[in-house]
Amino acid sequence: MAQISRRGLLKTGVAAGVLGLTGLPLRAQTRGGKLTAGMNGANTSDSWDGRTHSDLFMIACAMGAVFDCLTEVSADGTLKGELAESWEATPDAKTWTFNLRQGVTFHNGKPFGADDVLESLQMHVAEGAKSAAQPIIAAVTEMKKLSDSQVQLTLKAGNADFPYLLSDYHILMYPAGQIDEAIAKGIGTGLYQVASFDPGVRFVGKRVENHYKGDSAGYFDEIEYIAINDTTARMNALMTGQVDAINRIDFKTEALLKANPMLEIQDIPGNTHYYFPMLTKVAPFDDVNVRQALKWGIDRKEMVAKILQGHGTVAYDTPIGPANQYFDADLDPLEFDPDKAKYHLKQAGMDSLNIDLSASDAAFTGGVDAALLYQSSAAKAGININVVQEPADGYWSNVWLKKPFCESYFSGRATEDWMFSTAYEAGVPWNDSQWDDARFQELLVKARAELDSDTRRAQYYEMQQILRDRGGVIIPMFANTVQAINKKIATPAKVGGLWQMDNARMAERWWMA
Amino acid sequence: MNSVLRIILQRLALGLLTLFIVSIVIFTAVNLLPGDFAQAILGQGATPEAVAAIRTGLGLDQPPVVRYLAWLGGAIHGDLGTSFAQANFASFTGTTSGAKTVAEQIAPRFANTMFLAGVTAAIAVPISVTLGLLAALYRNSVFDRAANILTLTSISSPEFFLAYILILFLAVLNPILPSLSNIYDGMSFTDRLDKTLLPALTLTLVVTAHMMRMTRAAIINLLASPYIEMARLKGVSPLRVIVRHALPNALAPIINVIALNLAYLITGVVVVEVVFVYPGIGQLFVDSVKIRDIPVVQACCLIFAGAYILLNLLADILSILSNPRLRHPK
Repeated sequence: MAQISRRGLLKTGVAAGVLGLTGLPLRAQTRGGKLTAGMNGANTSDSWDGRTHSDLFMIACAMGAVFDCLTEVSADGTLKGELAESWEATPDAKTWTFNLRQGVTFHNGKPFGADDVLESLQMHVAEGAKSAAQPIIAAVTEMKKLSDSQVQLTLKAGNADFPYLLSDYHILMYPAGQIDEAIAKGIGTGLYQVASFDPGVRFVGKRVENHYKGDSAGYFDEIEYIAINDTTARMNALMTGQVDAINRIDFKTEALLKANPMLEIQDIPGNTHYYFPMLTKVAPFDDVNVRQALKWGIDRKEMVAKILQGHGTVAYDTPIGPANQYFDADLDPLEFDPDKAKYHLKQAGMDSLNIDLSASDAAFTGGVDAALLYQSSAAKAGININVVQEPADGYWSNVWLKKPFCESYFSGRATEDWMFSTAYEAGVPWNDSQWDDARFQELLVKARAELDSDTRRAQYYEMQQILRDRGGVIIPMFANTVQAINKKIATPAKVGGLWQMDNARMAERWWMA
Repeated sequence: MNSVLRIILQRLALGLLTLFIVSIVIFTAVNLLPGDFAQAILGQGATPEAVAAIRTGLGLDQPPVVRYLAWLGGAIHGDLGTSFAQANFASFTGTTSGAKTVAEQIAPRFANTMFLAGVTAAIAVPISVTLGLLAALYRNSVFDRAANILTLTSISSPEFFLAYILILFLAVLNPILPSLSNIYDGMSFTDRLDKTLLPALTLTLVVTAHMMRMTRAAIINLLASPYIEMARLKGVSPLRVIVRHALPNALAPIINVIALNLAYLITGVVVVEVVFVYPGIGQLFVDSVKIRDIPVVQACCLIFAGAYILLNLLADILSILSNPRLRHPK
């Protein structure tokens, strides 16, 4: 989407006409001002090494301000080039050629080129390196520099989503030969260069003049991100005007934010889901009828209302959420129906069912309450759920993937294949339902290498249907991303929901109102 | 004076022994907590292989006694080691260079905590001693009662409650002071003071009662002594009786209670630091306990214990110096 600067509009004098054509919000972006944001997820051990990033604060500082990736997911979920201008694949989706943007320089003046890309990618598969993006780059069998502005990557197997994967916040572009220095000082190609960085405390960035993104992004002259891990302190800071934006508001005091006319709450549907995985190779969950009985025995609307306080949407047992490209919004609903649950129980040859559900607030906020809600709704269908409260310490090591019926969460992924191959592909370590379905697996492999969008859509819709019908996880809800801003900050009409704070890119996309 | 020197040396030796015992207790306690660093840092990704890899990398697979002795060996040489989080993140690059040592990590945080403690002490100590003196002077008057009720109310309320009350009145309703105390390097002294004032006021409310009541009690205690009666009989004014005659003899208990409260300002400010987002040592300590980062926890505890030991020692020395009978023993 072409961005239009205010200056450009004034020059050409066709402001109204162009705005009408492009459907841009009638609030023109202005350069200048300072954005101060309070966010959680910061740690004293933070660094500019993208391989270690896992929480919002550093993602917003690195990918969102100081560094760039090859590709970028727009607020509406589509993919666009960042340091890569364009790309094409061979029909088997195995060999990808990326055309790099020219005339880009790092903050230390070094020009950006193909060598930087190759070296930045190799960081993730280096001997002894423990990168979270290792599986993405390990799938590349050959990296070739075709020219200074062109690289060719060959994959082990076809993957139509490969350019999407390169938008991952771990895969940042560093200057070749100076990577250690770039990690120590924070030298990237991003819109903001590091003015001050105190790990776990504060980051200040200054807008780079003459940036390749020009006037199309990065409207603030300066940004300051303050680490505020305590929710109440974050809310206070916003209320007293010391910060202009915060992530993760506290639902309990939401009314106070709403009462303040200067503040605006952003409630953005995303892919984060809270769910109940069953080990489908352990009795009684190996019986599809038992799984179906459990699917009909949960009151999903009640979960959204009481556990998410309404900040979410109902899900029907598929991890593909509203922020995904191939999300099937018309999936057959699974509304709470004790009679249908009883019917499936009978099909399984049972009159009643007694099972243990391992629950903990470590799985997600309100985890124990969700289990108790499930217990009371399932009881109406003759399913007796015994809620076993597990200790929060060591929950992910001792309970998840081990207990046959427990609780978990996923923040969701940008693409369908990414999500499925993380937790639904047969044999992968995080397959928490021991899911191994012949048709599902077949579709997964086919869709991965499929370049035709309509065919892929059909394949992903069918996979969502399979999970809804007989899958091993009960996903009752997608949680929204809920954050708040001061109205002196303006945002585009569409704010990204893949990550908090406009996909962690608020420094690029927002401006002073 | 030799006896004073001997006492100092004796107390320092005992202090070292205390630190040693504290380090054993802390090490055992952190080890008794469920889960370890590897599990805490991996969270959902704690597959057995990943946990084992981190444990081997950090030497967590060694028996606790071996790990403790290794740490002790370093600590005796002044090397507090590298935090697990730093070592683990550094190993992403395959080297350990670039990892900050525990000392480097703690130093700026400790300086911030000392700054907050200093500002608080500068406000709280004069206020409480003055209030105590005045309360003793006008004892059982309305002023005495009011001072007692107010300080006792503030010490009886939880710190976070006091903090929020102050935020409400001084930051939200009357925006005089900032509710966010995110101080950083390179800030001017006045900016820093401005940002530190609200947490310092909160802590002042917490520590005033103790010091004020001790001052009052110590002086009232002395007012019954024959020499005070003598002074009064020769016509000395009540204020002069208290300041000239009672106060010097009441100094020892007052100094003691001040020292105790100063130690509290260094070790007990965790809640206040979290509420005001003040980057002090308390926040670092809590974060480290959460991820079972033993080297940092150990170092923080040693600093806390050391602060108590040194301030108590200082109090004892000052009370000896303030008392001629102890200064010149027969």
